[in-house]
Amino acid sequence: MQNVLQEIGVENYIYLSTILFCIGIFGVLFRRNAIVMFMSIEIMLNAVNLLLVVFSTYHQDASGQVFVFFSMAVAAAEVAVGLAILVGIYRNIHSIDIDKLKNLKG
Amino acid sequence: METSLLLTLLLAPFAGFLFNVFFGKKVSRNVSGTIGTIAVAISFVISLNFFFQINNTKQPILIDLFQWMKLANFEVNFSFLLDQLSILWLLFVTGIGTLIHIYSISYMHDDENLNKFFAYLNLFIFFMITLVVGSNLLMMFIGWEGVGLCSYLLIGFWYKNQDYNDAAKKAFIMNRIGDLGFLIGIFILASLFNSTDFTTMKEVVASGETINLGWLGFATLCLFIGASGKSAQIPLYTWLPDAMAGPTPVSALIHAATMVTAGIFMITRLNFLFNLTPDVQMIIAVIGAVTSLVAAFIALVQNDIKKVLAYSTVSQLGLMFLALGLGAYEIAVFHVITHAFFKACLFLGSGSVIHALHGEQDMRKMGGLRKYMKVTYITFLIATLAISGIPIFAGFFSKDEILMVAFHENIALYVIASLASIMTAFYMFRLLYLTFFKEFRGTEEQKHHLHESPKLITFPLVVLAILSTIGGFISFPGHSWLNGYLAPIFIGTREEHHLDGTTYMLMGIAVIGALIGIGIAYSNYIKKSQVPNEDSEITGFSKVLYNKFYVDEIYMAVIVKPIYAIASFSKNFIETALSGFVFGLGKVTNIIGTRGKALQNGSVGFYLFAFVLGTASIIAYLFLDHYIRL
Repeated sequence: MQNVLQEIGVENYIYLSTILFCIGIFGVLFRRNAIVMFMSIEIMLNAVNLLLVVFSTYHQDASGQVFVFFSMAVAAAEVAVGLAILVGIYRNIHSIDIDKLKNLKG
Repeated sequence: METSLLLTLLLAPFAGFLFNVFFGKKVSRNVSGTIGTIAVAISFVISLNFFFQINNTKQPILIDLFQWMKLANFEVNFSFLLDQLSILWLLFVTGIGTLIHIYSISYMHDDENLNKFFAYLNLFIFFMITLVVGSNLLMMFIGWEGVGLCSYLLIGFWYKNQDYNDAAKKAFIMNRIGDLGFLIGIFILASLFNSTDFTTMKEVVASGETINLGWLGFATLCLFIGASGKSAQIPLYTWLPDAMAGPTPVSALIHAATMVTAGIFMITRLNFLFNLTPDVQMIIAVIGAVTSLVAAFIALVQNDIKKVLAYSTVSQLGLMFLALGLGAYEIAVFHVITHAFFKACLFLGSGSVIHALHGEQDMRKMGGLRKYMKVTYITFLIATLAISGIPIFAGFFSKDEILMVAFHENIALYVIASLASIMTAFYMFRLLYLTFFKEFRGTEEQKHHLHESPKLITFPLVVLAILSTIGGFISFPGHSWLNGYLAPIFIGTREEHHLDGTTYMLMGIAVIGALIGIGIAYSNYIKKSQVPNEDSEITGFSKVLYNKFYVDEIYMAVIVKPIYAIASFSKNFIETALSGFVFGLGKVTNIIGTRGKALQNGSVGFYLFAFVLGTASIIAYLFLDHYIRL
């Protein structure tokens, strides 16, 4: 595994995951479709996962990778719950545009 | 037996009060008045009974009902003391009270609130009895406050007139100022003697125990302030002339004969304390003399018949205080009694005149009533002779004794008091001449209605006129029954005046003085037929007098106005500033809330944006912080 980092360089991984994370943020901020926002959140999550894996390799320590497995499992569960909520919202207002969810405004 | 008698004496007027309050409207007008009168008459009869008993046994009766309160070693009993002094007061309070009740039945007959009037009168008698028979200062204070209340209620009896209400409030407030002094005096005495009981205090003083004279002097001065409020002395006298706003029987009962003598009663009661503080006695004497002179001056030019009598009352009370200050308590008491007779007679007589003229009180519109109101005229004449100090009438003896004491003690005070007496003779005869002599100066219609008052009005007048004539003999110079009777309430023996050359000379001077006063009045108002000027034409010194030395205006400018100024300053500045601060806090919170509400706009995108921005800021801060520190 050492050679992978040697060939590409650890800083490139960091750039990649930063870019992924920023894409995720902008997706969340500027898209109104709830499913797309969900996907953006997953991108952010996976950017972090990637970083964890990279540092785990860099430090020769497997616990980071174990942690990523947990993180992915939790994310999967979270997606299942989130999608169920979205289905519920769609059934109520026939839309998944989050700008229409303003009933709680002050 | 004595307990139940005393309770009947005390509670009969109270029962009359309750009856008139709750059932007075339901029974006919005469019944209401009759019950009120009977209630007081019962008290009078019982007082007479007690009087004869005390006069025989010479033993004071102490009736202890129950313990009122006990604080550590200080206790106050709800008890009554019937001794020579209190019974004397009871006699003339209930006696004159009865006469005035009889008078009121007729005088107030057409008033719509007749039952209320009798209720108040009865309540007044009840409180006056409490004041007189209470055996300690706190019991006396109950009565003291009660009569003040009744005075307020009765001055403002015709409550639809705002001026009368103001007069009532003025009387009440002036009295409150005095009452504060009285209360402070009671507190100091309670701490000095550990008791407010008259008998106990007297025993302590008689035993010669050392008392802190500084505090005692302060206490007696405070008590005197209380007395000067109730008995209308300088500087608290201005309420009494205004109190004439009340119905005339009230003026006669409360503001001439009984309540205003409460201060004299209190000082006589505590004579043993005042004797220990000669400085305070001196203050009392000087204030009494000055009051009598000032009030006499003002009375010279008043044109309202009741106002003249009111100032004359203040002046006579001043003479009584002069006697008190000179330590001649029994003479003060003597003058209280004779004054009660002739001043009640004068007030009731003026009431009879006012009644005949349908409410006219201005002497410039009277005159010639001698022909129309024989009984009123004769009784009024007798009372006027009595107050002027003409021999054989009651006022002569009492006033002469006061002058005599003043002559022996302090010649300056004697001169002041003599001047006041001469002026008294003048203004009283001025009143008499303007009212009863010459031609009638009112309207034709009034003249047509002129009539003698009914029997119920003239009867009390006649009784009081008789008493004004013979009342002086209870303390005939040289053979004073009164002095002997009152002796037990003083500590030690008191020297009896001896009739000698000086005495006769002083009597002569007093009589000549009175005759001079009468002579001036005669030449002005009978010979020259003068009638006092209209209000606008009064000039010079008499204008100052007519406006009562501008004392009300001075009080207004010196005391009332500054208080108003402080009040309006507090309202306009202090309160504005404070409330501005408090309201400002509220307003700022409100603005923050209103503006902050816009943040909660419900848009998830906005929340997320804020969230990201916040997180980014925190991270940026931590980075910057980290690198700057490095």
